[in-house]
Amino acid sequence: MLGWELPPHNSGGLGVACLNMARALSREGAEIEFVLPYEAKHKNTDFMQVLPATHLDPIYRYGNGAYESMSLNEKVIPTDKNDMISIRDVQKGYCKFVDECVEEFKPEVIHAHDWLTFEAGMEAKKRYNIPLIAHIHATEYDRAGMHAGNPLIHEIEYEGLMMADKIIAVSETTKRIIHEKYHIPLRKIEVVYNSLDESYENSKYHFTEQTHKYLLKLKDEGYTIVSTVGRFTVQKGLKNLMHAAKKVLSKNDKIMFVFAGDGEERNKLIKLAADLGIIKNVIFTWFIRGKKLRDVYSLSDVFVMSSVSEPFGLTALEAAHHGDALILTNQSGVSEIIQSALKYDFWDEEKLANEILAVAENKILKNELQENIKNEYHRISWDQVAEKCLKVYNKTVKHKGI
Amino acid sequence: MRTICFYLHIHQPVRYREYSVFNVGNDSNYFNDSYHGRQNNERIFKRIAKKSYYPMLELLLETMEKYPNFKLSLSITGTWLEQAKKWEPKLIDMIREMVEMGQAEIVGETYYHSLAFFYNIDEFNDQVRLHEELIEKLFNVRPQVFRNTELAYNDSLAEWADEKGYKGILAEGWDKVLDNQSPNHLYQPVNCGDLKLLLKNYRLSDDIAFRFSDKKWKDWPLTVPKYMKFINDEAKDGNLINLFMDFETFGEHQWKDTGIFKFFTDFVKAWLSEYDNSFVTVSEACEIGRPVGEISMPETVTWADSERDLSAWLSNSMQKSAEEQIYALRGQILDTGDRRLINDWRLLTTSDHPYAMCTKYWNDGDVHAYFSAYSSPYEAFLYFMNIIRDLEYRLSEV
Repeated sequence: MLGWELPPHNSGGLGVACLNMARALSREGAEIEFVLPYEAKHKNTDFMQVLPATHLDPIYRYGNGAYESMSLNEKVIPTDKNDMISIRDVQKGYCKFVDECVEEFKPEVIHAHDWLTFEAGMEAKKRYNIPLIAHIHATEYDRAGMHAGNPLIHEIEYEGLMMADKIIAVSETTKRIIHEKYHIPLRKIEVVYNSLDESYENSKYHFTEQTHKYLLKLKDEGYTIVSTVGRFTVQKGLKNLMHAAKKVLSKNDKIMFVFAGDGEERNKLIKLAADLGIIKNVIFTWFIRGKKLRDVYSLSDVFVMSSVSEPFGLTALEAAHHGDALILTNQSGVSEIIQSALKYDFWDEEKLANEILAVAENKILKNELQENIKNEYHRISWDQVAEKCLKVYNKTVKHKGI
Repeated sequence: MRTICFYLHIHQPVRYREYSVFNVGNDSNYFNDSYHGRQNNERIFKRIAKKSYYPMLELLLETMEKYPNFKLSLSITGTWLEQAKKWEPKLIDMIREMVEMGQAEIVGETYYHSLAFFYNIDEFNDQVRLHEELIEKLFNVRPQVFRNTELAYNDSLAEWADEKGYKGILAEGWDKVLDNQSPNHLYQPVNCGDLKLLLKNYRLSDDIAFRFSDKKWKDWPLTVPKYMKFINDEAKDGNLINLFMDFETFGEHQWKDTGIFKFFTDFVKAWLSEYDNSFVTVSEACEIGRPVGEISMPETVTWADSERDLSAWLSNSMQKSAEEQIYALRGQILDTGDRRLINDWRLLTTSDHPYAMCTKYWNDGDVHAYFSAYSSPYEAFLYFMNIIRDLEYRLSEV
């Protein structure tokens, strides 16, 4: 299995999904060598062999500095300075190592996660004729908010998708993008939804009042807390959410919007909230994780996933776990499997405003949504995910060379 | 003698649109969605007219001309008739022709296809009266037999109908109520005078209405000889077969290409070709003999879902609160004397609205989801509540 991160060295859902999937696969009897681009200790990975491709510290896995798709080009330019490494350098080292690994371990199938690992996967397929499964957690279109994105990444994605024996997409939404934007035939793509992180559900968690005292006080004063969690990028549609917030507040100012996250749109969002005159009702928590994040979910009445394009959307399941009413865009993968939620199209700010107001002002609606989601959000388990992956493996191994 | 009482129910609600909270106080157009909108009543009505109402009514007229002994009964809601008048008036002419031929009987019900009986008896009486007036105006007849919305029936409804002087009333022939008695007889509701009770034979009705095109059904495909055999088996106990179903079974629920229309004509022909077989209308059915016994249904029974109760309309808190809130406005609304306001309010009593808010099977994406005009039960509720806000706003402006 070729991945780019595992918890706790993860920046998003990719690492969490990989870990849960691998664990469930090993329960089903799969033997897994998991290759990472960096060297670090990981807890709870005894069920598989974790192989570091380089001696790099985890923080350098996206090159020197944070990885942002639009600025990747600059970093690709080779530099004479030895201390500057680009993500492309990391990928080169990764490929070389995977090549050695494949020669040594002779795996039956290679399961590669996202474009970052596709080149290594393709090399192995070319040289050793090992079936390649390309797993798409997000495409460059998603990351770029359905704009063009980085041409080099597109090319690697395209090549990987073409070369793969089978493609796994995390939702029908993603499957459609792979078909429409990369012209891959639908029959080559299987949809396998993600599930909620097992350790998230199993770990002990108690809400503490101290963490977000201010929010708690507002809640006691009758405020409805509406939250959203994610990177501040165009992909997340936060500008639309901010405009909807303006509409909501024009009708009811006892609503507080919590934006938890950080990213390239940070300053734009602050300015927008100020320009709209609603900054008083908008709270930025910046990047939070772990217990602090869970406390935000617990405090919230409503969780909004406003993404322009969201291949899956794990945060919605986390929010559901903490009993939030969900409002999801129809452009999110998770909305395909969740019925007990309000939905809207990402551009439809008025509809979103309507939905937020309705949940804030109608206890019955809020309770119905909160109660019904509890029976729904864990209907897909990681064991089901593993079963589906194994089916895909078996099919490709059987047809190898045909 | 064996006889079939064939009864079809014709209804379309006037759907409310995705009415935004930002419309409240500004715009009281609740029902006219844009033509391509999901809740556009005109588009939906015309589509079903083409697929079901026209072809089936034509077929029924032809059959009546060919077989003077073929008869049927129809219940037609006021909301359907209003829409037909606006967009497909020929449909009403066709029904009138059948009534004038003496081969179609019109059944009484509430004008707005509402559950008013369970919320407000005065409103219920008003809606039954409004329906009666419309039927008399359009078809020059007075309903003799009553059916309540969704066949929702209980003993007190029967007492009401008895008092009003109806000859008969329709209900579901549900096993749990019948307790091993056959639905194929004439019965008398408990505590009633002359009122007769006609019970739907749901097995034979649902063979056509629900299972006809179900390829997983062991008896698929349903042929006329097979169906005749089913009836013969059933008729061993009782000789009145009540086949009650939605009119849209023909052409909309079962599409033309399933062979449903041909099945219907072939069946009528086969049935009438056998000695001593006949068709009766609902009021004729009430006179075919003496009732064989009394039936009591203290709890409400409907013709919906496997539970046969009102849970598809009134099981979750959204449905209950929507209904409670709409009926709570009645006094104030009627006091205004504002005809537009009263009509808007009454259109909101239609039972299809709480049905769209049903979450019972929503997660399984079954029939409830299929028939809904809204993306989810939650949205259906949300827009309904926005409309209630606007009604309240209008009341405050009076």
